[in-house]
Amino acid sequence: MAGRVDDHRGALNRPPRWFIGAVAAAPVLFITTLYAWPVATLLWTTMRHSTKGRSPFRDTGGIVWFTLWQAVISTVLTLVAGMIPAYVLARYSFRGRRLMLAATTVPFVLPTVVVGAAFLALLPNSWHGTAKAMIVAHVFFNIAVVVRLVGSMIAVIPHDLVGAARTLGASPARAARLIMMPLLRPALWSAAAVIFLFSFTSFGVAKLLGGPTHPTLEVEIARRATQLGDVSGAAALSALQLGLLAVVIVWTSRRQRRSAIELKGATAPHRPRGSRQRVLVGSVGAVVGVCVGAPLVALVSRSFKNGSTWSMSAWSRLGHAETRPGAGLGVDPLAAMGASLRFAVVAAVIATTIGVLAATAINGSPRLGKLLDAGLMLPLGTSAVTIGLGMLITFDTPPVDWRARWWLVPLGHALVAVPFVVRAVLAVLRAIPSDLRAAASTLGATPIQIWWQVDARALRRPLLAGAGFSAAISLGEFGATTILSRSGSETLPIVIGRLLGRAGALPRAQAFAMATILLVLTTVIVMASGSHEYLGSDDA
Amino acid sequence: MKNLIAILVLAAVAVGCGSDSTTSGKPAPITLVAYDSFPPEKTTLNDALDEFTKSTGIAVKIVIAGDAGTMVTKATLTAGNPEGDVMWGVDNTLLSAVIDGKVFDRYEPNDSSAIGTNLTALVPGHQLTPVDFGDVCINYDIAWFKSHNLPPPSSLDDLVDPKYKDMLVVENPSTSSPGLAFLMATIAHSGKSGWKDYWKSLRSNGVKVVDGWTTAYEDEFSGAAGSAGLRPLVVSYGSSPPAEVIFADPPRTDAPTGVVESTCFRQVEFTGVLRGTRHKTEARKLVDFLISARFQNELPLNLFVYPARTDTTLPAEFTKFAVVAANPFTIDPADIAANRQQWQDEWTTIVVR
Repeated sequence: MAGRVDDHRGALNRPPRWFIGAVAAAPVLFITTLYAWPVATLLWTTMRHSTKGRSPFRDTGGIVWFTLWQAVISTVLTLVAGMIPAYVLARYSFRGRRLMLAATTVPFVLPTVVVGAAFLALLPNSWHGTAKAMIVAHVFFNIAVVVRLVGSMIAVIPHDLVGAARTLGASPARAARLIMMPLLRPALWSAAAVIFLFSFTSFGVAKLLGGPTHPTLEVEIARRATQLGDVSGAAALSALQLGLLAVVIVWTSRRQRRSAIELKGATAPHRPRGSRQRVLVGSVGAVVGVCVGAPLVALVSRSFKNGSTWSMSAWSRLGHAETRPGAGLGVDPLAAMGASLRFAVVAAVIATTIGVLAATAINGSPRLGKLLDAGLMLPLGTSAVTIGLGMLITFDTPPVDWRARWWLVPLGHALVAVPFVVRAVLAVLRAIPSDLRAAASTLGATPIQIWWQVDARALRRPLLAGAGFSAAISLGEFGATTILSRSGSETLPIVIGRLLGRAGALPRAQAFAMATILLVLTTVIVMASGSHEYLGSDDA
Repeated sequence: MKNLIAILVLAAVAVGCGSDSTTSGKPAPITLVAYDSFPPEKTTLNDALDEFTKSTGIAVKIVIAGDAGTMVTKATLTAGNPEGDVMWGVDNTLLSAVIDGKVFDRYEPNDSSAIGTNLTALVPGHQLTPVDFGDVCINYDIAWFKSHNLPPPSSLDDLVDPKYKDMLVVENPSTSSPGLAFLMATIAHSGKSGWKDYWKSLRSNGVKVVDGWTTAYEDEFSGAAGSAGLRPLVVSYGSSPPAEVIFADPPRTDAPTGVVESTCFRQVEFTGVLRGTRHKTEARKLVDFLISARFQNELPLNLFVYPARTDTTLPAEFTKFAVVAANPFTIDPADIAANRQQWQDEWTTIVVR
């Protein structure tokens, strides 16, 4: 939690300019080659060749308006719903806390095709294809953001601060309003920005749960490009989307900077004391368990259902080449797992490498860093179709004829994962007391030595967490990279999507069996790497 | 760290370049671009392709470009500098886009006389060769209609009858290819002005619209085995009933769903040599193989479509449970190309706004 004082003290021991430049080179190259160049090429080509007389913005007023208001409501509701679990997880240590943290993270990284289908089965029929269903799903997927971002801020508010207010006669509500809220404001704004970004660019949830009556801008962009063949219209809308998001992001980051402060005091989570606290922890645990658990249980149970009876055959026949002589589903669970894991490892290595270099540069040079930070966030706000088609027409001539190369897919995953690694690493870098660097400097260490001895050493755990989270994102990613052409073995989400596209009881049950495998893999990776402890614990 | 990136980039480039090298004398490996329901490996369809490689020495790499619409968008964007050498699966609703976009080279396979002339006539310029066809039709839940003592609808007109209120689920024609095909069926049935009134009546009769086939069939339709869906009528394929039998679990001998034959729209799929290929000879050989009896025989059980060749034998499940409409609805591809976007926009205004 870097305060203003720290910023000034830190400046003395900052690594030299050339070092920052060298460190920033790779992330800058990464984002310009894989994002800026393709997107610019697509915009330029389509705008120039745009021949159709009709405006690309025809009939989009309603869509923009809907995208905006559903994102605002989703954001507000997620913040409200996420506050209590965030508080409980940050304040209390109890058995099952790790599992509860993981449980709130897993929906965030699982592919929407899968969780969305389970969600659909749980919601009442009258909710299908409504804005309500969409918003509920956004809350479900994004609670993790509140737990991470706001929770990590709650975790550093000293206990005695609120205690003092209570001693002085403030009611719990008054203490919360006057002490907690002002301190939480930056974290709340930062969480709001992230949730807004995700809800605004909602694709899978909007299609599956919102239905045809509730297209978001992202859905409309994809429809124009892939179904109508109107790529120039899609590109124009994509630019509009990016512009709108930029306004919101800049505005919220202004708000959060205005209220950043530094805190000192006892903050370690403690076991719940007294019946009141125990009831609070117990009931929150139960509610989170049911809300997160129900769709996941529904998902797993569907793999054991054939028709209306329980059966193991989806599992026992998984991977058999022929379901009947001459008829097969072409599903190879081991190959799919292998392909998924291979992509996940490559994506994780690239995302952590780029993420750590970027975070180091951002931390070392606040002004240029802000630019790099924003640049790395851009892919999250850009329609996947735009990036994918941009890559298609940019990387199409030697020496960069990279179309349908297998590694383009994990690179695409890394593009999505880098901002998260940056958040995790930055939080740790900023939390390193500047006295530590000052002491090293007094003892004669050069800035580079300081960086290696102090900064790099503190990064082991967040690195692992970042790698784990990147791997999880890669495992579950379905939206962004399905637009890229692919060859070779298919990944788990792709196989699931293909099985769900077939009539018959067996393909459907097998789709959910594969989804269960994906769910288990993701949970294991998230828990083993400690991603659920670290991710997004940043103040800025 | 930077070394690591350098190594990664080098490794990536090395892997990338490795697959490009060809030795003279040996036929070049070629790339078949296909839509996402084409199986990339481990089916009898892929076995047949392996046989092609064995007999000709031409290795075939399969590249999946996305759903049919995405594939065509990409093909149009990259016309002249294609992603591969041969493309599988352009359908008749997208035909004009690829012909106007000059995506394909002219090629007429020697054996194309084995394909019905009603199909080959769709592409008089021979830029594409028909490979298969199928129908998009209303499917109904046999058990549901039996237990409610109601005869299933027998025509598109029945669907607007209050007897069948709140029973039908369809896909959005702007986002789903069976959805688009069904819209075409209604336009062919009610005419270029009448279709709007037809959809207004469908809407007041409680039609439900969802985004894609998976949601419609697996989640909303009651007839898919074990589905929690509540609607006994859905827009699906004429070949969905045999799929319900073939992929039933435990095995069953009768289909749980039926097809309303008078509601079908004919979809025809094509293959062709992509313009700009550097391996024209090999690409043409592959097109020859794709319409050979060996390959065409594998189509029904893998893609659930009918072979374009007239001399193939159909599997028993197909002859028993699938429906090929005797007089399916059709619309001229040029007509579709000229009006598709406008029809979709108008449909959106009438049905979902």
